Amino acid sequence: MSTVPKLEVKGATKQFGSLVAVSDVSMRVMPGELRAVIGPNGAGKTTFFNLITGFFPPTSGDILLDGQNINSIPAAGRVKLGMGRTFQITEIFPELTVRENARIAVETGLGFSLRGWLTGADEKRVRDASDEVMTMANLTAKADRLVGELSHGDQRSAEIAMALALKPTLLLLDEPTAGMGDEETYQVTGLIRRLHRDSKYTIVLIEHDMRVVFHLADRISVLAEGKLLAEGTPAEIAANEHVQNAYLGKAE
Amino acid sequence: MNENFLSRHRQLLIVWALLLTVPFWLPMLGGYTALAGRVVVFALAAMSFNLLLGFTGIMSFGHAAYFGLGAYGCGLFMKFVTASTLLGVLAGTLVGGIAGTLFGLLLVRRRGVYFAMVTIAFGQVCFYIAYKWDEFTGGYDGLRGFARAPIDFGIFKLDIAASNNAFYYFVVAIFGLAVGLQALILKSPFGRTMLAIRENERRARFLGIPIEKHIWLAFSISCFFTALAGSLYALLNNFADPLGLNYIMSGNIVMITVMGGMRTFWGPLVGAVLFVALQDYVSSMTTNWMFFVGLTFVAVVLFFPRGLMGMLQKRAGT
Repeated sequence: MSTVPKLEVKGATKQFGSLVAVSDVSMRVMPGELRAVIGPNGAGKTTFFNLITGFFPPTSGDILLDGQNINSIPAAGRVKLGMGRTFQITEIFPELTVRENARIAVETGLGFSLRGWLTGADEKRVRDASDEVMTMANLTAKADRLVGELSHGDQRSAEIAMALALKPTLLLLDEPTAGMGDEETYQVTGLIRRLHRDSKYTIVLIEHDMRVVFHLADRISVLAEGKLLAEGTPAEIAANEHVQNAYLGKAE
Repeated sequence: MNENFLSRHRQLLIVWALLLTVPFWLPMLGGYTALAGRVVVFALAAMSFNLLLGFTGIMSFGHAAYFGLGAYGCGLFMKFVTASTLLGVLAGTLVGGIAGTLFGLLLVRRRGVYFAMVTIAFGQVCFYIAYKWDEFTGGYDGLRGFARAPIDFGIFKLDIAASNNAFYYFVVAIFGLAVGLQALILKSPFGRTMLAIRENERRARFLGIPIEKHIWLAFSISCFFTALAGSLYALLNNFADPLGLNYIMSGNIVMITVMGGMRTFWGPLVGAVLFVALQDYVSSMTTNWMFFVGLTFVAVVLFFPRGLMGMLQKRAGT
């Protein structure tokens, strides 16, 4: 296995005025790894994600993708480098069908060529790629439904399908099971595990549901008050005293 | 499911069957062909505007600027350069379209109310220039001194100056080309990114769609088509009116679109029929015709929030 981390964060800090949302956090995520980022509310997890995806620049520190410093690359450029993201609140195109949602993502990923469009050469590629991501997300049967009318779990799957359509090498999932019942959580967890085990995606996910985290993650990073409190395998984290005090104890 | 009676193809068929036969049935309803010309021109302006409001989710409140610039561009070109109708239309379209494209550069980072306010401001600037510059634009009285001229196609001559019907078909032909092009744009990958921006700008951005560039492009396209409608409007009246640049005109375009149904392709055409019919019939009875247009607008928005066409489509289960 390659020794260059898929994603490396070095001493990332983000200040909003006097508030330090993320303070000197470092992290190395190896290719093929599934990393969970956990922490109490307000620990800076989503801010940390926003730094990685280029939503805003870090106050200090560096972010490296495949060993390349991407600090100066805006969000759209990072998507092209292989970063796919989903949001805490599902971000989809509600009044379009699942197929249209997938299609827009696929087309954006492929880039537009006037010739390919006029000759119809792109049409088949786009259709095949859309079908493929819908199959991965188990949404083929619902392809012609409006996404806004689907269940929470299916909407989340559609969002993940859109992220996949861009052929990412690194998937960042912000609370993929937020606000879901058991059955939907199970559905989305299953999808994430398939992406990790079968399709070998490198995944970083923020999650509140501890069952999901301990079930899925190879390694866990714990944030508290913007700082990195601990990092390790699920077993190590479960046994860590600081973590129990700061987080797990309160959550139980 | 039985085949619903408002499928896309049926809509296309109904619209074109009605448009092409206007000179035969409109006089029987007490109308006249020039009235239908107004409908088609307003419909083109509103459909062009709807590329932004309905399909990109962006509210411009100053589309009269591009409509009026198209009209003045066409009129001034025909008055001062050459009296060719087709070149006049081209000139008007370019003037309004290029103005919109340049102005769009300043606009694309504004959203919502701010976007609408800046577009109103630009529209009013254009209005006051046309209103005050007596020697060049004719000021308050509007621009006269040009008239549509027959078009020589070589094999035959289309006398749009003398025959109202010939001019109507000329307008309809341009309308057909323009909305055909609009439909093609909406069906293209670029058109789908417009929908994506309307539906969820944040998601679109994180898919890697360059939002500002696409909004600018959509705005520019919309302005070119609106200016084309404005040019035709100048030819329709042989006159360019400063009120065509006024925010009231912008408001009319918005009303036509919303009444007709802004999420539908043909909605603005339906809105234009309603608007022009009301304007014509009610204004022959009272000078306060705008009051009744306003009442109708309120009623449509209250009872059919998706507009008339939106309601019809929903009924039909499209």
